[in-house]
Amino acid sequence: MTLLALREISKRFGATQALDRVNFDVAVGEVHALLGENGAGKSTLMHIAYGLLRADQGTVQAGATATSGFASPRAARAAGLGMVHQHFTSIPALSVGENIALAAGWRETGARAERRAAEAIARLALPLDPAVLVTSLSVQLRQRLEIVMALAANARILLLDEPSAVLAPPEVRELLRTVRGFANAGGAVVLITHKLDEVFAAADRVTVLRRGVVTRTGPMANETADSLARAMLGNELPRAPRQRSTPGDVVVQARELRLGDAPPATFAVRSGEIVGIAAVDGNGQRALLRAVAGVNSDGIAGGALDVNSPVAFIPEDRTLEGLIADFSLTENVLLGLQDDATRWLDWAARRERTTALMAEFDVRAPSADVAAATLSGGNQQKLILARALARAPRVLVAEDPTRGLDIRATQAIHERLRAAAAQGVAVLMHSSDLDEVLELADRVFVMTNGSVREMPQHASRDAVGDAMVGRTGT
Amino acid sequence: MTASGAERGRGWRGLLPIIGAFGLGVLLLALFLALAGFDVTAALVALWRGAFGSWSAIASATLVRAVPLILLGLGFTLGVRAGALNIGMEGQFALGAITATAVGVHANGMSPLIAIPMVLAAGAIAGAAWVLLPVVMRLRLGVTEVITTLLLNFLADAAVSYAVLGPLQEPLHIYPQSAGIAAAARLPRLLPGERLHLGLPIVLGVALLLALLLSRTRWGFRLRAVGANPVAARISGGIAASGVFASALLWSGALAGLGGAIEVSGVSFALYPNLSPGYGFTAIAVALLGRLQPLGVVIAGLLFGALEAGAGAMQRDAGIPAVAVQVVEAVAILTLVVLARRERSSS
Repeated sequence: MTLLALREISKRFGATQALDRVNFDVAVGEVHALLGENGAGKSTLMHIAYGLLRADQGTVQAGATATSGFASPRAARAAGLGMVHQHFTSIPALSVGENIALAAGWRETGARAERRAAEAIARLALPLDPAVLVTSLSVQLRQRLEIVMALAANARILLLDEPSAVLAPPEVRELLRTVRGFANAGGAVVLITHKLDEVFAAADRVTVLRRGVVTRTGPMANETADSLARAMLGNELPRAPRQRSTPGDVVVQARELRLGDAPPATFAVRSGEIVGIAAVDGNGQRALLRAVAGVNSDGIAGGALDVNSPVAFIPEDRTLEGLIADFSLTENVLLGLQDDATRWLDWAARRERTTALMAEFDVRAPSADVAAATLSGGNQQKLILARALARAPRVLVAEDPTRGLDIRATQAIHERLRAAAAQGVAVLMHSSDLDEVLELADRVFVMTNGSVREMPQHASRDAVGDAMVGRTGT
Repeated sequence: MTASGAERGRGWRGLLPIIGAFGLGVLLLALFLALAGFDVTAALVALWRGAFGSWSAIASATLVRAVPLILLGLGFTLGVRAGALNIGMEGQFALGAITATAVGVHANGMSPLIAIPMVLAAGAIAGAAWVLLPVVMRLRLGVTEVITTLLLNFLADAAVSYAVLGPLQEPLHIYPQSAGIAAAARLPRLLPGERLHLGLPIVLGVALLLALLLSRTRWGFRLRAVGANPVAARISGGIAASGVFASALLWSGALAGLGGAIEVSGVSFALYPNLSPGYGFTAIAVALLGRLQPLGVVIAGLLFGALEAGAGAMQRDAGIPAVAVQVVEAVAILTLVVLARRERSSS
């Protein structure tokens, strides 16, 4: 029995046709994966289903009547939909139970809300204590809480928007088990993802979106990794060949470095190599990278850290930390280099320099005078990278350098990082996407609770994944 | 053509909405007056006459009023561009006035070339000193400057009362006011028989200087970066945000203090209670209407000066309460806020 059906949905944002006559449905007992690159239209489609956006054309049917779409998420929830967003929506200062009550719209508060929440948690067989404050939960449990919150108002249809982004591989497996259990108990699940392995692990049916158009749909039995990848990416998939450079001098040397109360770490990064840090969110990688970048050494409890300058830094949050949104591209490129500039700034020369960098790094913008906020994420990141490399750094520190970028922009960034390493820059990077770390890095460090451990050369993906969650020697 | 894109994009073309918003305000004022049963034509004629109707209206009323509004508007602008909200300009103005008077009454026999700079510098230093406490409290204790600068206004008010009844009271000890400052400490008048004084060119010079500093210098770049995004300024720019913030707030106070000194040495020639009819607050409106650009602030300050000058005439000639012109101020600012939001969402 079909619980949710979207028919001929079209949506346009300005010049971009985000969705073009898309059909999608999900039935009782089914996990239906919605697969596609970033920007393919997956989230847009589910936002329409959930009443966050209105479609330009098409109908949404949940239950007996087809409408032009829910007017609000509240209406969608009333019709049995629940959505788990990419980012956490729980309130850290409230307890698990209070958050669930809030999401479900119950009138109870405090202990009574927590009792009622305990039932909702028990239905999903999750290890959550309703009395615990959300702020003390692990990332994994906060993720589970999001699911309980989405389902608390007796939802039968669960929309999961890239739920695995913050999880390590073993945690993802458990998440997918929870999802499966919900479907088997008579629910319907839409799993939005761009990761093929999750689709194979959990889905009964798959629909692939590419640039707002359905390129493939059908039961999983008919699919292979190759067929889905081609539907998702089109036929262009040129993986840049790895050219490993020979490492040179040591340019970053940590001796007995202690992060928090973790055991001391001694390691070196040499010029010409890419060292990747694999870690689940919140295991000290941020403190380490920022200390190396010279931005903030608050997380360092002791030991010595020698870093050759100049150091360039690509921060995790490009719109908040990397760029000044209201500043022009020229001004943003000057940011961080202003101390070398003359007291009176020569904007004409600065603009020329920026325009040259934009051409070199393929930053697409009408001119160097537009505000950075008007650029797409990929172009913003290329601009930040251009600025970082314009500093002629000996060390480049990068946090999640391709977060949220589409595959083309990701590849462009990867090529630049490799080229920088080939020219003798020491690159120290972290990514929340383990595959990105494995793909880019010459050497992989795993961080857990502030301790740093180098993985052996050619360690398998599973070995690294297990090390990330502290399972070793199994 | 040398300012950077984002700064340049808000250049001369950016000033047109200021006048448009102001015009809309006047239009709505007329509508309200009509609805309230006043004679609209008489009111607007009186408003116009009071502001621009004669050479004397311009040179003795509008421009004289505009001087402190522009200067304090620039002070507020300077703070905001670095992310600091200086709500205490009324108090810094008062401290500037007190200090300028204290110096000015002792300037007998000096050359004006020495006395005037001394008086103005004393006012500016006093204004900056008055924000020192808010700066320290913000940087050391994290107390927002909005609260501290605002509260210090009340203290400044008390300081003026104390000064005019105590140490600075006129020699006969009858009136709550100071003695007149020395002739040498008075700003020269620019036109015979009109009240317009040297303060106007000084203020225009400050505006021009500030415009250049903000758009063309490293100093201005750092300041704007901190104001636009202190996190990125620190992490990607390596800028010590708190230092920039402190210096901007101190300079903002200095400009407000200078405003008080100019008012004493150019207009009142003595210290009185209520020397400022709320310049420190109206100037916030001026700065916002001027879209936080120095040249915009000059235009907004002139418009507000005209409005305040005209309001007096409107009350005298048409019997309409002077506060009615606040409708214009409010509508103009709200219009610009709406425009700014629309610009942002369309980009």
